[in-house]
Amino acid sequence: MFYREAGDFKVSYVDDSQTFPIKFDRYRYYVVLAVAFGIIPFIINDYWANALLLPFLIYAIAAIGLNILVGYCGQVSLGTGGFMAVGAYACYKLMTAFPDVSMFIHVVLAGGVTALVGVLFGLPSLRIKGFYLAVATLAAQFFLVWLFNRVPWFYNYSASGQINAPERDVFGIIITGPNAPAWATYLFCLIFLTVCALIARNLTRGTTGRSWMAIRDMDIAAEIIGVNPLKAKISAFAVSSFFVGIAGALFFAVYLGAVEVGEVFGIQKSFLVLFMVIIGGLGSIFGSFAGAAFLVLLPVLLKLIGVDLLGWPTDIVAHLNLVIVGALIIMFLILEPHGLAQLWRVAKEKLRLWPFPH
Amino acid sequence: MNKTLATMALGALMAAGPALADLVIPDLSYRTGPYAAGGIPFSDGYNDYFTLLNERDGGIGGVPVRVIECETGYNTEKGVECYEATKGEGALVYQPLSTGITYQLIPKVTADNIPLHTMGYGRTSAANGTVFSHVFNYPANYWNGASGAINYLLEENGGDLSGKKIALIYHNSAYGKEPIRTLEDLSEKHGYELALLPVDHPGQEQKSQWLQIRRDRPDYVIMWGWGVMNQVAVQEAANIRFPMENFIGVWWSGAEFDVEPAGEKANGYKALTFTGLGMDYPVYEDLQKHVVDAGKAAGAGDQLGAVQYNRGLYAAMLASEAIKTAQEIHGTADITPAMMRDGMEALEMTNAKMDALGMAGFGPEFTVTCENHGGPGLVGVVQWDASAKTWNTVQDFKPTDVEVIGALIDEDSAAYAAENNIEARCN
Repeated sequence: MFYREAGDFKVSYVDDSQTFPIKFDRYRYYVVLAVAFGIIPFIINDYWANALLLPFLIYAIAAIGLNILVGYCGQVSLGTGGFMAVGAYACYKLMTAFPDVSMFIHVVLAGGVTALVGVLFGLPSLRIKGFYLAVATLAAQFFLVWLFNRVPWFYNYSASGQINAPERDVFGIIITGPNAPAWATYLFCLIFLTVCALIARNLTRGTTGRSWMAIRDMDIAAEIIGVNPLKAKISAFAVSSFFVGIAGALFFAVYLGAVEVGEVFGIQKSFLVLFMVIIGGLGSIFGSFAGAAFLVLLPVLLKLIGVDLLGWPTDIVAHLNLVIVGALIIMFLILEPHGLAQLWRVAKEKLRLWPFPH
Repeated sequence: MNKTLATMALGALMAAGPALADLVIPDLSYRTGPYAAGGIPFSDGYNDYFTLLNERDGGIGGVPVRVIECETGYNTEKGVECYEATKGEGALVYQPLSTGITYQLIPKVTADNIPLHTMGYGRTSAANGTVFSHVFNYPANYWNGASGAINYLLEENGGDLSGKKIALIYHNSAYGKEPIRTLEDLSEKHGYELALLPVDHPGQEQKSQWLQIRRDRPDYVIMWGWGVMNQVAVQEAANIRFPMENFIGVWWSGAEFDVEPAGEKANGYKALTFTGLGMDYPVYEDLQKHVVDAGKAAGAGDQLGAVQYNRGLYAAMLASEAIKTAQEIHGTADITPAMMRDGMEALEMTNAKMDALGMAGFGPEFTVTCENHGGPGLVGVVQWDASAKTWNTVQDFKPTDVEVIGALIDEDSAAYAAENNIEARCN
């Protein structure tokens, strides 16, 4: 009834090829943006920011990054944790070396450094595929964590081997450190997420994205029709690592404030982000959001229900949490192997025909 | 907002009667994951002591204590969530029992004006109260521990360690890396050779480290381990027939569950301690009567008298004494976190006080001052008797090398102060 193309006339090619061609979709998108930018910053408090929204926003950036590599270009990567660590340590070194430079620039540069490292570890993808590539990226994961643990230069020779985010600002508003207001950290991450999602969405709709998908679907055929596999694969690694690096920098500087590489950016992080991508939906920007929301918000929600509402012992709730999240993951993958994004797609198809399905 | 729907709904329903005053103590515990073996008894002890105070004395100064438990799983992200979820409730003091979470919380608690007590863990240089206004790590810290271990070895060797080889096997995290600097400085002073063997989280994989120990044959092995890493290390040491009496763990590597899996072979293993051991204290009669028999014990109620349970008990006792001190200073029973901080800074533990609490000799006598948040740093050594299944004291609480540690604390805290633009207090 509301959700259909009929009656929504386009008079130019630009209109016709816009991201959200259906009016209802477009307005929904504007409403989400308006709420996220216009309302939430005014009602946010420390708990909502630090326990729910910041991890969701940051994991969403990481998931978009990984989705470009795995979902769009078909290159399996288990090195996300390591690349996030590169972003975090690059950001730390930049923050301490150039204290007067804006955090925006530091985070973007940290993403750039990660992109370079990603390209380096993406080189084997030109020769190996599938599971073998997964193992090669796994090596990146362990090597990078080992490197940051081993070389004291990366953590400025601190006694504990930890990195701590000093207080830094953007246009005079404190973004990192304990005195940063909740709305500022939230907006800072939200801006990065919005820009990243826009870039990712438009990249995947254009030539670059189409060449990635051609490589994913059948690399030999893609090569025959003129897609350069070197360019496609390396650019996928670069863009993906850039986003993951930004996520790592934000994760360290804005969200946690102090990081211990082995614990925070270990192999579990790689799996967590990979699960987000798989549960959310491979090859879908919306899926990255959905997957991040599912795996970040659900445990907190279950904890609130179990401990605060029902008053159960914390250890039982923690164990139940694992059981429930695990069962839901299995259930989702059985019922809908293409992830939450596919559920959304099916819902939209149904909505188009509603209320007169034929 | 943090109790979300639950409290909001309840509050709306009950039309909020006058809020009863209570003293909120968050307990960031971990009863799950690879470190639960240590987390459970500590949290049980911590909870049980406050339950005892509520049941026996009706709280502290007439105000009941409300403990909010929050599961962290020894994970820093969950630790941050727990901190944010509980701080709005008027949390008086945080004890995360995790060095990683401590590093996270140090700037946050300072900004939020809530004290943080990291008893025998956390950032060692927080002992310098002129820089760390809201962090306390009395009565002993890691560098006291490292120095205590070396002092004990010095005594065993007639005051001379030159030419000896000492290996440090440590959890490859902020926690395990803490003692390295002290041990390095002490090695220059005493002339022993130090070998560093990191073990990665969670610590089940130690074959190569022990192979190296087997090959290099160090005279002594010192361990900075936690959770499942301890049990594996003791077992591996037994497997390569390393003499157990030359193997010393820090206090977090010296509980029953660390040595019991290795059975008889663990006999003679040593560990450091800064608290009393066993159940030979009058406070346990009260605990039995008011908490255990009343069915109010935390967890399964089977940890009484365990080493880490005693530490939890001790931490709770220090917190409650600080609350009492704060109540006296400010003349009000219902204190705020800021008052709690003042209470901790003015805390004075005397033998008479501990006698009255039924915990005579449980810990050392000490006084906290504005400059010194670290306490006296007295360290004892205990040894495991596998057949009797008890820890026996082989060395009473003794002072450590304050000269070396003091210099390191000044250096590290000065670096922190410079990094964060902190001006020295206490002038």
